[in-house]
Amino acid sequence: MPKWLRLPPPVAFLLLAITLILLPFLTGATLGNSWVRVLDFVLLYVMLALGLNIVVGYAGLLDLGYVAFYAIGAYLYAWLASPHFGLHLPFWAILPLGALLAGFFGVLLGAPTLRLRGDYLAIVTLGFGEIIRIFMNNLNAPFNLTNGPQGINLIDPVALGPLIFKGNHHLFGFKLTAPYLYYYLFLAFTLATIVIAMRLQNSRIGRAWAALREDEVAAAAMGVNTRNVKLLAFAMGATFGGLAGGLFASFQGFISPESFNLWESILILCMIVLGGMGHIPGVILGAVMLTVLPEALRYLGDWQRAALGHVVVDPNDLRMLIFGLALVLMMIYRPAGLIPSRQRRREFAAEDGVAEQEQADLYDAKV
Amino acid sequence: MADLLEVTGVTKQFGGLAALEAVTLSVGKGEIYGLIGPNGAGKTTLFNCMTGLYSVTAGRILLDGAPVHNRKPHEIVRRGFARTFQNIRLFANMTALENVMVGGHIRSRAGILGAILRNPRTRAEEAQLRRKASELMEFVGLRGKGRTLAGHLAYGDQRRLEIARALATEPKLLALDEPVAGMNPAERRQMSDLFRRLRDSGITLLLIEHDVKLVMGLCDRVAVLDYGRKIAEGGPESVQQDRAVIEAYLGVDEGTG
Amino acid sequence: MDIFLQQLINGLVLGSIYALVALGYTMVYGILELINFAHGEVTMIGAMVALSVIGLLLGAMPELPGILVVLAGVLVAIPACMLLGYAIEKIAYRPLRKAPRLAPLITAIGVSIILQNVAMLVWGRQYVSFPRILPEGRHEIWGAHITDLQIFIVVLSLSVMASLWLLVQRTRLGRAMRATAQSKEVAALMGVNVDKVISATFLIGSAIAAIAGVMVSAYYGLAHYYMGFLLGLKAFSAAVLGGIGNIAGAMLGGMLLGMIEALGAGYIGDLTGGFLGSHYQDVFAFFVLILVLVFRPSGLLGERVASRA
Repeated sequence: MPKWLRLPPPVAFLLLAITLILLPFLTGATLGNSWVRVLDFVLLYVMLALGLNIVVGYAGLLDLGYVAFYAIGAYLYAWLASPHFGLHLPFWAILPLGALLAGFFGVLLGAPTLRLRGDYLAIVTLGFGEIIRIFMNNLNAPFNLTNGPQGINLIDPVALGPLIFKGNHHLFGFKLTAPYLYYYLFLAFTLATIVIAMRLQNSRIGRAWAALREDEVAAAAMGVNTRNVKLLAFAMGATFGGLAGGLFASFQGFISPESFNLWESILILCMIVLGGMGHIPGVILGAVMLTVLPEALRYLGDWQRAALGHVVVDPNDLRMLIFGLALVLMMIYRPAGLIPSRQRRREFAAEDGVAEQEQADLYDAKV
Repeated sequence: MADLLEVTGVTKQFGGLAALEAVTLSVGKGEIYGLIGPNGAGKTTLFNCMTGLYSVTAGRILLDGAPVHNRKPHEIVRRGFARTFQNIRLFANMTALENVMVGGHIRSRAGILGAILRNPRTRAEEAQLRRKASELMEFVGLRGKGRTLAGHLAYGDQRRLEIARALATEPKLLALDEPVAGMNPAERRQMSDLFRRLRDSGITLLLIEHDVKLVMGLCDRVAVLDYGRKIAEGGPESVQQDRAVIEAYLGVDEGTG
Repeated sequence: MDIFLQQLINGLVLGSIYALVALGYTMVYGILELINFAHGEVTMIGAMVALSVIGLLLGAMPELPGILVVLAGVLVAIPACMLLGYAIEKIAYRPLRKAPRLAPLITAIGVSIILQNVAMLVWGRQYVSFPRILPEGRHEIWGAHITDLQIFIVVLSLSVMASLWLLVQRTRLGRAMRATAQSKEVAALMGVNVDKVISATFLIGSAIAAIAGVMVSAYYGLAHYYMGFLLGLKAFSAAVLGGIGNIAGAMLGGMLLGMIEALGAGYIGDLTGGFLGSHYQDVFAFFVLILVLVFRPSGLLGERVASRA
């Protein structure tokens, strides 16, 4: 940052706080109210990306089934707060349950698979994600658990005492619709997530994760219980996923297996890769960019219609194509991300081949 | 009194190939014990077996009377056995201080909750870890280099840092795999000095080394490995005069074949 | 008994297709230790290209015999896929050969997404149907049916596998491939051009994928831009089941997985008291994958035993 832009920390903090508080109003006034919903999704994805970042960025474990934990949190919320089973528990009771259940599934999947080499782990987690999705798609018979592909509807909105996150509310003459209310709720959760992610990184466990990522054999030889530490990373990531899932279900009011396919996992992975693995500001930037991009792409369709009278290339079709290209180009030209941490920048530049091979040899020798 | 480390009949096979055959040796408390032998004699393989990176095919290894063979590496570290690596395996993209603090992992307790809440106990433990890590860095001669990335340290400093990291696990027995390889004579003298200070502080040392002079000057006892077998053991002088050793190993240096 | 036999036949057919795709995964993994995520998509492109050619030919010369039309489709699909596979390796994987493990894997996922979406832009979101121009004879054996197409798929698949086996075991190129799989460094020292061997591996794997792609679309009667994903995952599971890096293992794993799936789908209802139905067919591959990786990560035939032999 240039010097003249640098502000004293309290001033910068205050400015940031004011911006974050006013952001939905500014957005609503300039871009329209539909963009406030986009803001909500941005925050949701920041949470998800920070959660996955613990697994991929901190501990170096490639998890391609992350969305399964998101789904678990969302479905638990739907079961406990919708007409589907006639249960209507409050959100503050369900969210921790969803986070716990997702964390439990994280351990369940992690325990047998974490001794696998990195790329195998990626495939197993991917398979797990697909299994969860197939079950969600089909568990409407003989007992209707998930309502199949139709999904579950009419999920209760969040209610804070008398304040129900639905319809219009008025505060100091401002009209607040549900997306505004959810914005502040998500903002609180996102800030908490950021603080937790930062604290985890600079902790005893965070150092163990980094050691694991750098050199698993050396970490083990220095007394790190690699299996447990991996499990912890997996469970923590899953917990954040479950939490975000619950928030998503209440916000959307409707969930179906369609929302939890593999591409969602890959989208979240893209956010991390794009911004810079393991680096919190990078991950946040990645999440913001990739959530806003598809929305911005919609204008591409409007322009085509305005200019040519019809849509030649549906921007929706371009979305995934751009993500794919971004993944490949980033890995080849900027593997450490757009704003990498100082660590990662070197890590990807280093010729790690030797250490990797020795690691493989050591583990092979144990079998 | 029983020895600190007892290795009995340890055999390690890779496929059909025996890298170690029925190796037996024991290291007493407070000794500096040298392990020498030509390249490929199985010294590092023995280290890997002792520190849990390899399983052993047969035999047993006792540390302070408790079996440690085929245990997980971290369990062995917990019992007080730490090591360094021949080809330096630092966490290159972490700072030097963080590297040493990872060594303190097993002697500290803070978990996820502590990390998130940053309660007084966690903060105290973290401060303690940091203080101890700085002390160890100073002890090995790396004062003021705590914030440097480990991968950016000079070669000799990396070797020192590995020792500091291993010391942070609070070992009774420290196994060093060629700790002075690639160092000049002055640095070697400093390192010998460091090893003596370590011994004087109550840590038993097990040393793989190619520098025969250093080993002979420093070690209380020496074992010689050749083709995965122990061919001699004893005081430095007696080993130096052993016929088998001269043939297998020293002979190469002195041209007596 | 006839259900059992019928599912066995179906499994055999399915399995011989999986085996062909699995070969591509296993050959690349054997040499580069890379899960070529995009291989399923190469298979899909093979099917799509062949279908386009078939469509064009049928429009231009409707009197041509069906078998010739399909053959023409295959003959265009093979070089198209070879070119694609070659380009993928050269552009996306080669620059990352020395990078840490995660990087090429993420790139492979990226390539896979790109191919899928390009295919969607070119061929659309709809299913493309395979015209019914192949002979449709049905034969009965002990109460089960087998069609001409099924017989043809199994026979063709077996002959492709046999040719590959001969190529790897008996030719100079095969020897270079086996040496490179052992150690790239040593092979290079012995005068093997490692880059060429890797390119050749991608070329061969992609050619086989093209054949498999046409088979699978002929068998199910349709193709779709998304078909490569699941097919690829199943084939990868098959490769792991047989022992990744091992060519014989890929063949065995493919056949076994096909049978497990067919028999599983046939009997899962009975086994679970009707709780789970045959729409869980796709789950089997993943369960097999997870179980193998957890209990016997080296697969049935162990890592690279065959390429060593």
